Amino acid sequence: MGRKFKTSYQQDSALFQNLWVKSWLAIAIVVLCVLPFVLKPYELSIMNGIGIAVIGALGLNLLTGYTGQISLCHGALVGIGAYSTALLSANLGLHFLVSLPLSGLMAAALGLIVGVPSLRLKGLYLALGTLAFGFIFEYVILHWNLTQGEMGLAVPRIQFASFVVETERHFYFLILITAALATLAAKNIARSKIGRCFVAICDRDIAAEAMGISLTKYKIMAFGISAFYAGLAGCLLAHYQQWIVPGNFDLMLSISYIAMIIMGGLGTVLGSILGAGLITLIPHGIVYLTDAFKDVWPGLSGLIVSFKLGVFGLVIVGTLLFEPRGLFGIYQRIKVYWKTWPFKY
Amino acid sequence: MAIVSREASFQLTVKEVSVSFGGIKAIQDVSLGVRPGQIYSIIGPNGAGKTTLFNCISGIYHADHGSILFDGVELIGMKPHKITQLGIGRAFQNIELFKGMTVLDNLMSARSFHMSYGLLRAAFYLGSCMAQEAQNRDLVEDVIEFLDLQHVRKTPVMSLSYGMQKRVELARALAMEPKILLVDEPVSGMNLEEREDMARYLIDINEEKGVTVVLIEHDMGLVMDLSETVTVLNFGMKIAEGTPGEISENPEVIKAYLGEVHT
Repeated sequence: MGRKFKTSYQQDSALFQNLWVKSWLAIAIVVLCVLPFVLKPYELSIMNGIGIAVIGALGLNLLTGYTGQISLCHGALVGIGAYSTALLSANLGLHFLVSLPLSGLMAAALGLIVGVPSLRLKGLYLALGTLAFGFIFEYVILHWNLTQGEMGLAVPRIQFASFVVETERHFYFLILITAALATLAAKNIARSKIGRCFVAICDRDIAAEAMGISLTKYKIMAFGISAFYAGLAGCLLAHYQQWIVPGNFDLMLSISYIAMIIMGGLGTVLGSILGAGLITLIPHGIVYLTDAFKDVWPGLSGLIVSFKLGVFGLVIVGTLLFEPRGLFGIYQRIKVYWKTWPFKY
Repeated sequence: MAIVSREASFQLTVKEVSVSFGGIKAIQDVSLGVRPGQIYSIIGPNGAGKTTLFNCISGIYHADHGSILFDGVELIGMKPHKITQLGIGRAFQNIELFKGMTVLDNLMSARSFHMSYGLLRAAFYLGSCMAQEAQNRDLVEDVIEFLDLQHVRKTPVMSLSYGMQKRVELARALAMEPKILLVDEPVSGMNLEEREDMARYLIDINEEKGVTVVLIEHDMGLVMDLSETVTVLNFGMKIAEGTPGEISENPEVIKAYLGEVHT
């Protein structure tokens, strides 16, 4: 007989509550492990893009979704991670396993500095403050000798002893493992006292303070954690692309990260993953569609660039209008629907 | 000499505190002392400065001058969260719960400063993190039982009724294990049954848990029944202090509440 009752508090706060959840998780893991052997390299490259975006989105969601602090410099922090690993592994010859956490920490250190204005600024003012940081980053990257400006930097390949990570499939597993660990850590942070403090600050900062929660400590911590995630994403991105230029990390990247967490669902871990998937898929989906209509309407591929931005905007506006809780909201509604099916209530 | 020993026995001492916002003097030279284990009420007409006084004690407002001592520690100039950590709990008048969270998480969030584990432990949910979470959950469950919140434990506070939210507000303050509890209008807008429940809870908190209770309330019945000492504020000034019996006969107080008699 299975256990029908929870007999300890640990069980009640467990991540995977029952057999149902555990079996779905097992299926997901199997599918994710089989995928690289089924998919073509192009499709796998999309998966890799999603994986990296998931890590970045998780970080931003901890900051914006949980703690309620808006940041328009997440892209710049991803860039700091990328440039850190590029410089560390090319100039100092550090191994990937060392440069990965180091680039995370580098971004976190700068993220902490970005966090300081958040103690005084809120909402739009904070958005502008972080935006300024993004521009400063771009300026420095463009004008500093070390980073070679527009030319960009080459990033060495990752090597484990004699094994070189070079194919899409190798990267897939590397990114999958990192993203899985990042997700687990985010989920744990969210259910611990730190996550509760974040949400408390987001919901009512004055009451949070009156509950003995230090705003300074937890706001800064949220910025640090978020930047650490961004740094990890940047590090993986740099090694994956093998060449990074300042244009990779402009305002557009920050905005697409914000789009991810809004469309996925603010303040949820699953939402970050869904949103990262969706936003990464949209451009590929548009390319696919224009390809399919090539014969019927040949002029379409010429419009593709303007099309991309238009659809992007349309999807965001649509989400805000029809499902402000994003994909996570849709997921929850479907779950409730199937729980009670075929009854309405 | 007698006065000194009297002061020493106060748990919370407010001495000549004044606060002004621009030209408006919200509180002027208010002094009071709360002894441990008391139920102490502060009453007064709207805008008398009662909540402002609470905000000064919990550090949300900064007093212009004066001094507030808690167990001999000066509170003025201290950060609000530090003041709370000394053992001053606060239940707000307008419900200030964390709306997105469940009742349980609301109460757990009030215990965060009792937990000492760091970020790394939290990220992997190991060792002291898991142990402390369970241990604090146990204490929170005691509070849930104490205030009969078992059935709404996992309900988001948004979807609770007003009276219930007020009770959660009190529960959250109690979950901090305060030495002294500042309760701001706990029964405003409640029906008779909810009021009686709330009065019972306040008495239980005071007697069973031994928590000093400082109460702001407009419901005179509740104030007179519960409190040992009552202080009356009017236009930011203290006009009377005494036992409920003395206060209800004080001509100054009657004047403040009912206006002057014109003959």
